[in-house]
Amino acid sequence: MSVIHEYIRSTKKFPHLWCPGCGYGVGLSALVRAIDSLGYSRNDVILISGIGCAARAPVYVDFNTLHTTHGRALSFATGIKLVKPHLHVIVIMGDGDALAIGGNHFIHSCRRNIDLTAIVFNNRIYGMTGGQCSPTTPKGDRATTAPYDNFDTSFDICNLAVGAGASFVARGTTYYAKQTERFIKMALAHKGFSVVEVISQCPTIYGRLNKMGGPVEMLKWQRDNAIPLEKVRQRWSDSTDPAGDLGGKILTGIFVNRETSEFVSEYYAMVARLNGSRKNGEAKT
Amino acid sequence: MRTKKSIKTNGTARLLQGNEACVHGALLAGVRFFAGYPITPSTEIAELLAHELPRVGGVFVQMEDEIAGMGAVIGASLAGAKAMTATSGPGFSLKQENLGYASFTEVPCVIVNVMRGGPSTGLPTAVGQGDIMQARWGTHGDHPIIALAPWSVNETLRLTIQAFNFSEKYRTPVILLLDEVIGHMREKVNMPKKSAIEVVERKRPDVPAHAYQPYEMTADLVPPFADFGSGYRYHVTGLAHDQWGFPTTRPDEVKSLVSRLRDKIENNRADICLSEEYRCEDAEHILVAVGSAARSAREAVEQARKKGIKVGLIRPLTVWPFPRRLVLHYAPLARRFVVVELNLGQIVLEVERLVAGKAKVESLTRYDGELITPAEIISRLVEEE
Ligand SMILES: Cc1ncc(C[n+]2csc(CCOP(=O)(O)OP(=O)(O)O)c2C)c(N)n1
Repeated sequence: MSVIHEYIRSTKKFPHLWCPGCGYGVGLSALVRAIDSLGYSRNDVILISGIGCAARAPVYVDFNTLHTTHGRALSFATGIKLVKPHLHVIVIMGDGDALAIGGNHFIHSCRRNIDLTAIVFNNRIYGMTGGQCSPTTPKGDRATTAPYDNFDTSFDICNLAVGAGASFVARGTTYYAKQTERFIKMALAHKGFSVVEVISQCPTIYGRLNKMGGPVEMLKWQRDNAIPLEKVRQRWSDSTDPAGDLGGKILTGIFVNRETSEFVSEYYAMVARLNGSRKNGEAKT
Repeated sequence: MRTKKSIKTNGTARLLQGNEACVHGALLAGVRFFAGYPITPSTEIAELLAHELPRVGGVFVQMEDEIAGMGAVIGASLAGAKAMTATSGPGFSLKQENLGYASFTEVPCVIVNVMRGGPSTGLPTAVGQGDIMQARWGTHGDHPIIALAPWSVNETLRLTIQAFNFSEKYRTPVILLLDEVIGHMREKVNMPKKSAIEVVERKRPDVPAHAYQPYEMTADLVPPFADFGSGYRYHVTGLAHDQWGFPTTRPDEVKSLVSRLRDKIENNRADICLSEEYRCEDAEHILVAVGSAARSAREAVEQARKKGIKVGLIRPLTVWPFPRRLVLHYAPLARRFVVVELNLGQIVLEVERLVAGKAKVESLTRYDGELITPAEIISRLVEEE
């Protein structure tokens, strides 16, 4: 029996709602294996999501799980983490959830560098509502709300997170699931705001609209188009445009991993300072 | 004046602003978390809590917007803290989606709305009572809500405690509706002694973790609430859910959930509907008013009585659910109700509905950012004599 079976909720009615061939189960099991390998007590794991296909992940697994409103999961997570700092608070979001409606919370969580882990399942489209454009839909792709091709420029989630101040940022794929698991494990262990983007196939909607074939073809596409970050680092250093023109390729790897001041511990350090001075006879009883 | 319920206030006297009194009430009730975004005329609540909360080991966090403030409050409450946010009309609108979420998932929290003149950014520093209906119906779908509206600084302190108590007792968000005048005015407040205050804590489960049903149909309709991270692992979702919290679309399960949410408030109206009545016994004219408008109404009653006009005042402290029994009691006895409010006429709709032809119902409103005066009320009473 694989690790995931130990964490599946026996009380939950199955089947799950993801389409056949969807990559989200791969992403979820990578997360569960990462949690398991860190030896976290499941009582201390809080799994939070917003709304969308990706956001349905928490209900299937046996942690403290919270399915919130569209785009707002990070704010709920902030409240929980600040009240119970010892908990491992993990947020799963879709690309639209995290970057469109939730874009403000995303950048401010990066800025705050609060000790949460955000996992963005990126299928480059709105899955749950049936294929509308997302902020990560590549220019020139099709969506139901871009019937004449998308002419909107897309976000690079990882570069955005780095720019906004996240202290751990990585991108993996559902094809290289083991690598993704390793990134998630590092993100969980990291103290500060960590972001792992997981590129996932959506054969039913994105794949069909963009004639990319079935799940197997889409996974092969990931295999053939993922470029490890280290390989292009050299090119970056030569270039004035660090994002560079990747010609539709996906950069995978760790974008940033640095230790820097973290919000929750700084807050409680302030509380301790204040109450220490109270002991010195300053404040009311 | 006859008060149906009161919290004893026998401590020291202090001069406080309404918004400050709200903070003191919250602290006495045990608030440990505030998240919000600044907006006039509510900002002093955030500022004072930023100062006070760390001193009691609590958390103050200024979020990126009102939506995030409401989300963080729900998260904090789920983690076991008494949590609140404060805002004014436009910010209250932004909170509505998450307010609906808190209602449906039964997460206790307190939302203060210090009403200003509106709509839109309207009159940021002037008084208004335009959010009476927003408090009731602002969020989506059907849901019960509790909203309280104090008329003085002293009462703001008491009702803030009451708001926390109701929210913990009934596992529901509670809205505290101040208006700009109540929020910003300064008055003497009798600080209650801690020992004299009743503080309610949420009912927590005592069953083994595997037997816990976060949305159980209990006899009192309010299921015990386990803090996240306390060993009870369960699922919370804004989707319609069964008693274990898992999503469901089964009509019987959905109906049972929505009915329970309604009934836990409706069946407890006697406890929840706080109100005051003043000289109504023999009144031919009954004024109905809340907040700062009720202060003028009360003065109008005094002055009109001196002129021999038989006037009384009904003052709901609980605006939602509306104190229906009181209005129903006087509907056949009075000749006429005059509903005095600082909007285009919102509470009057509820009074009309309840009085239903048994007496005349009139609306006396002002919506220019100024207070209604006792003289205006009296001239209306005289004019129609
Ligand atoms: C406030 C609000 N706006 C819109 C929606 C409708 N909605 C549900 S899911 C979704 C998009 C989901 O896309 P994404 O976040 O990329 O996740 P995916 O379903 O692809 O995993 C939208 C727009 C909603 N539930 N709430």
